[in-house]
Amino acid sequence: MSEQPDSFAFDAESEAQIPKILARYPAGKQASAVIPLLYLVQEQMRRQTGSAWVPKAAMDVVAQRLSMPPIRVYEVATFYYMFNLRPIGRYHLQVCGTTPCMLRGAEEVMRACCDAAGVKGPGQTSADGLFTLTEVECLGACVNAPVLQVDEDYYEDLDYDRTVALIEALKRGERPPPGSTIGRQGSAAEGGPTSLTEV
Amino acid sequence: MAKVIVDGIEVEVPQGASVLQACEAAGKEIPRFCYHERLSVAGNCRMCLVEVEKAPKPVASCAYPVMDGMKVFTDTPMVRNARRGVMEFLLINHPLDCPICDQGGECDLQDQAMAYGRDVSRFTETKRAVKDKYVGPLIKTVMTRCIHCTRCIRFAAEVAGVPDLGATGRGETMEVGTYVEKAIASELSGNLIDICPVGALTSRPYAFTARPWELTKTDSIDVLDATGVPIRIDTRGAEVMRILPRQDDEVNEEWMGDRGRFSFDGLKRRRLDRPWVRRDGRLVPATWGEALEVLARRFRGRVGAVVGDTVDAEAIFALRELMLRLGSPNLDCRQDGAKIDARERAYYVFNSTIAGIEQADRLLIIGSNPRVEAPVINARIRKAVLAGLEVAHVGPPVDLTYPHRRVGLDTDFLEGAARPMVILGRGALARPDGAAVLARAWELARPSAEWNGFNLLHLFGGQVAALDLGFLPGPGGLDLAGMLAGGVDALWLLGADGFDAARIPPGVFVVYQGHHGEAAAARADVILPGAAYTEKDGTWVNTEGRVQQAFAAVVPPGEAREDWKIIRAASAALGVTLPFDTLAELREQHPLFALRGLVRTPLPDSPPGEPGPISDEPFVLPIRNYWQCDPITRASPTMAECARVFAPAAAPALAAE
Repeated sequence: MSEQPDSFAFDAESEAQIPKILARYPAGKQASAVIPLLYLVQEQMRRQTGSAWVPKAAMDVVAQRLSMPPIRVYEVATFYYMFNLRPIGRYHLQVCGTTPCMLRGAEEVMRACCDAAGVKGPGQTSADGLFTLTEVECLGACVNAPVLQVDEDYYEDLDYDRTVALIEALKRGERPPPGSTIGRQGSAAEGGPTSLTEV
Repeated sequence: MAKVIVDGIEVEVPQGASVLQACEAAGKEIPRFCYHERLSVAGNCRMCLVEVEKAPKPVASCAYPVMDGMKVFTDTPMVRNARRGVMEFLLINHPLDCPICDQGGECDLQDQAMAYGRDVSRFTETKRAVKDKYVGPLIKTVMTRCIHCTRCIRFAAEVAGVPDLGATGRGETMEVGTYVEKAIASELSGNLIDICPVGALTSRPYAFTARPWELTKTDSIDVLDATGVPIRIDTRGAEVMRILPRQDDEVNEEWMGDRGRFSFDGLKRRRLDRPWVRRDGRLVPATWGEALEVLARRFRGRVGAVVGDTVDAEAIFALRELMLRLGSPNLDCRQDGAKIDARERAYYVFNSTIAGIEQADRLLIIGSNPRVEAPVINARIRKAVLAGLEVAHVGPPVDLTYPHRRVGLDTDFLEGAARPMVILGRGALARPDGAAVLARAWELARPSAEWNGFNLLHLFGGQVAALDLGFLPGPGGLDLAGMLAGGVDALWLLGADGFDAARIPPGVFVVYQGHHGEAAAARADVILPGAAYTEKDGTWVNTEGRVQQAFAAVVPPGEAREDWKIIRAASAALGVTLPFDTLAELREQHPLFALRGLVRTPLPDSPPGEPGPISDEPFVLPIRNYWQCDPITRASPTMAECARVFAPAAAPALAAE
């Protein structure tokens, strides 16, 4: 736990968000805002340190802000894999490994990630601190399998080469447009829509 | 009411009851792990599956509400198969270490696996292992054994009011713990051991010391606070191995404070196990004959007696009779100098009763921290608070585990309350204006014939009996302060360790009768070794005025004797032989001993105390260190460790032994 900072405080940008989030829930039920607030923490950490994660000190701050026991926040934060409880690389590569993606080549995508990003395997961070690779369960984009989620963006219809190209672009500091990497429109059939063509 | 037919037996249960409760009403035993009648329903162990007519699959009976006319089957092939399946899953990650598990022999999982477990495991993958957690000096954890019933989590959050436990992670990696290592800072933490259905949470002091089937069980009463928790003392041979609470819905439900549960190792240390006599300024071992001879020679002139806080009623009565026969009115049982008004019983007991807390609508606590003075009563207050009771507190800031307002004695908080309740700490009376505080508290409580919400919260199990028996200055008699101011030539201290023995003037002949050698014994001229509460048949009266019977679990060590016998022998030596030779004959001498259970107290016509000015002096809480506040707990290494961990500031530095 040596990487844990001693303290955490919401910055002005996060503070501006908190009242809007709390307003979504009825009075006395502020504890419901725990997930949005943890996301807020994670985004702030991305802004401030380049690593989107939730330190323990921040969970305590969230608990205090929502008047709930700290353990209740820890429970939520450890339950959802979307919260990183340890520092991660600048880019979080999340390879979907669930059946449709697996059948469509998720293992190739995983191999490409390891090769191009220099990561030893799932759960690891590259030596240069740029990439953390995670295997995740279904991302809900099965029609355009296989899918790689980079931070909040989905890159779909990947294969080995296109994954390598994507990671090289990220290394150069570029952000290729998210979505299908073969030019597919939304989740239409490959080669263009076959129905509702007039729309 | 809803009519439910369980295995052909028709029972009526209230609307909203669960199927499990209906099954219990029909006398059917439903296996369960996560369900606990005093905790919220979790419904996650799935062991209580039953078949309900027209339901397509087995239902978890603990979380399934009854409906009128529902037909439930608790023992069909479907039910049995379902439970077998659940059991198989529960055992997947449970280690097969029953032979080295302290829960063995009293383990719910072990028992229910006898009924629903397979003879061999079909699980060929590797079992998971979970790192043990440190949760304090009282609870030993073996988290691999945990089946995630979450009883401990719910107990900590709901009853103890210390929400430190939780389930972190998910699925295979779910773990019960505190996430950040910390000792569970609750005075009720020992109950986690009782409610854990498996061997994940066991008693650390009891670890690997005994098996449940080799223990002799004796019913007794916890006297280390004034709640009067009924306990069971488990002994092996002459040794107390552990202390567990019994159930009494009117007193403790089924909880118990840590001090009473874990301090018994103090009964084996620093004991007075033989008489001592001071010769040439030094205490030297003596025989009973020598000790009584010195006593008979020197306990003369202006004599006085003080009883301590955890003495049984029989000994108090015997000493009072002895003092009356010696013609001395100098008696006192208020070592703390509390300005208790004992003219009427209602002035010094917990009139609303512990169960009655749940009927009050507003509660004012004055000069007391019930969390450390009576943790079980505090848990009952917390239960009532969760159901709507409002609480205000007069005194220094304290963490009561439930929300409360801080007010002053001039408060109008109780005005308008239908059932106002005042809990007056005994510590609030131990100050010069105590009588005025008492009068003010009575006035605030507005007792009536229907509802008497005036409650005095005592600190130890022997205090009310001493007041009931009138161990107070007689006509013209001196109180403790008067005796210590040079009013007596000889002083008999019966377990009286609650005041500074250095206040006894030099030259006063001191008889110390008790079980632990502390400052008072060191000051004594004659030491008469007595019995601790586990070692004698005795009567105790709790803060409610509930008369309770305890039985001897072990014999006193060495030459120590039951206290009433010592006093009886001393009376013969002093030439004023008391008229009883057996405990039964002693008990015939006073009506208190014929009483059992709660003794209702009629409302007196006049208020207690003396109305007067109350100083602005803040209240001082009498117990700063929950774990070490009487001779037994001060001698206990377990309690010393607790004090070190939980209250480092309040704990005295360990003396080099």
